[in-house]
Amino acid sequence: MTRYILRRTGHAALLLVGVSLLTFLFTSLAPRDYLDEMKLNPQVSQGTLVALRAKYGVDQPLPVRYVRWATGLLRGDMGFSFAYGAPVASLLRVRARNTLLLTTIAMLFAWGVALPLGIWSAERESGWPDRLITFATGALLIVPDLVLALGLLLFAVRSGWFPAGGMAAVGVESLSWAARARDYALHLVLPVGALVLSTCPVLLRHVRAAILDVLDSSFIRAARGHGIPRRRLLYRYALRAAANPLVSLFGLSLGTLLSGSLIIEVVMSWPGLGPFLLEAILARDLFVVIGGVLLSTVFLVAGNLVADLLLYWADPRIRAERGGS
Amino acid sequence: MSSAPGTMPALLTVESLEMRYRPRNPGPSGSAVTALDGVLFAVAAGTTLALVGASGSGKSTLAQCLACLERPTAGTIQLDGLELTALSERKLRAVRPQIQLVSQDPYASLNPRLTALEIVIEPLEVQRRFSGAERAERARGLFERVGLSFRLAPRPVGEFSGGQRQRLAIARALALEPRLLILDEALSALDASVQAQIANLLLDLQQTSGLTYVFITHDLAMVARVADDVAVLERGRIVERGPVNQMMRRPAHAATLALFAATPRFVGPLGLQAGE
Repeated sequence: MTRYILRRTGHAALLLVGVSLLTFLFTSLAPRDYLDEMKLNPQVSQGTLVALRAKYGVDQPLPVRYVRWATGLLRGDMGFSFAYGAPVASLLRVRARNTLLLTTIAMLFAWGVALPLGIWSAERESGWPDRLITFATGALLIVPDLVLALGLLLFAVRSGWFPAGGMAAVGVESLSWAARARDYALHLVLPVGALVLSTCPVLLRHVRAAILDVLDSSFIRAARGHGIPRRRLLYRYALRAAANPLVSLFGLSLGTLLSGSLIIEVVMSWPGLGPFLLEAILARDLFVVIGGVLLSTVFLVAGNLVADLLLYWADPRIRAERGGS
Repeated sequence: MSSAPGTMPALLTVESLEMRYRPRNPGPSGSAVTALDGVLFAVAAGTTLALVGASGSGKSTLAQCLACLERPTAGTIQLDGLELTALSERKLRAVRPQIQLVSQDPYASLNPRLTALEIVIEPLEVQRRFSGAERAERARGLFERVGLSFRLAPRPVGEFSGGQRQRLAIARALALEPRLLILDEALSALDASVQAQIANLLLDLQQTSGLTYVFITHDLAMVARVADDVAVLERGRIVERGPVNQMMRRPAHAATLALFAATPRFVGPLGLQAGE
């Protein structure tokens, strides 16, 4: 087990090095950089620009820049944001925290809905609840995230029930603890709703398909023959037997916690990583882009690692297969 | 094989059993398929009824109905006078331990995530019988009864051979001390020597525990070895029935003759020749 974890962590480290190299390469291939844009500002002299280039190492060749950035990263320094004039790590921390607040709640809701509904739908295959769920998930799947988010925003504006964008009301700091929590919760409803509506149909269909696969299996019928109650059969036996593809999907859900909400965050003005990265890309704020991509990759790799470890723990066949390696 | 089945009271009585269902991918007519059509038979306690028939004759559907895993469209199934088809799912749960099914595929019928011990004690857990230590002790006894070493108990079921798996499936079925065991082609996926071992095991268990078997197969040599009575199923109907000796010597219906004709000709240790 320890060897397996070490090997997987080694693979993950190599993958991160590869991703950081590629991100560095691609951002340097893009025409112009942030400091080039500053040339247009008549208040910034040529001398200042040269000094800034030397300070941030932008005048160095790519390999030197990469090594400098990578060694800084080992000390926890992710570089400096030209646009914000602040260290990237501290900027990313706040934005990532906001994104995680949104996506974690949305993921818990999406799985909380997809699991029971998917199981219910599979159990009633071809019955009216199943047909209704299949139709509803199909309809949601063909609506793009952007349209979904805009539709919800329109609903918020027309009804006035929820704030149309942002994370908190102006002056929220002066409110009491309870009022502040209520304000945050109200601001969360729309983006969480949009994320749940966009991710839940995919999850639900996977749950349904996985459960359908095992419900017809001979060992589940045998368990029924032993007199197992329906709920226990579905949630303890069928779900456990159908777990492998769902655990992998859960890993992907974890992995996309930072990167899966970009469009929704932009449309709903949620101050998360999405709009922050988009601004950084448009402004060619080099280290913010690289830092953001790397952080998303860390989550993706960690999500997959968690899924693999869960599979290893849950399935004796995988343990037997990988046990000695 | 026990003697004189006609003198014993019927444990299982099946009357006018019908099973119709709509296929998942119906053809242009969209009509329902009749899998069982007026099936009627009884099995005396402690005896073996062999149900034989060609593929698609309704054998496995009948097995599923007898094990109460499918609800028949019409007709009744009675176990010792108790009408099973009239019971709600909740009431049926209490009766299920008395009827156990051993299915054809020893690979698909055991949960691949479990160990051999977990497989055997699973029915006891489901029925909340005995404490943890008692369950393990019962499992040890069951392993012995089906001729498996208890040292294999902690191993995952994936490490077992087909014959060992079928022994495990039988041990699992016996865990709840059933009165009726339905063996749906339970030996057909095994090689000849393992088939003979399991058949002997079933006969021993019948002698020691007085079990009643419904033995579903298309293997006539095995029928001659284990059954007291034979019923021939064709297109969901029982077309011929009788004691095994009579059926083996003087089969009358065309479907029975076709089954004999389809059996490879050989003269076995029992002196039986297919088609004789």
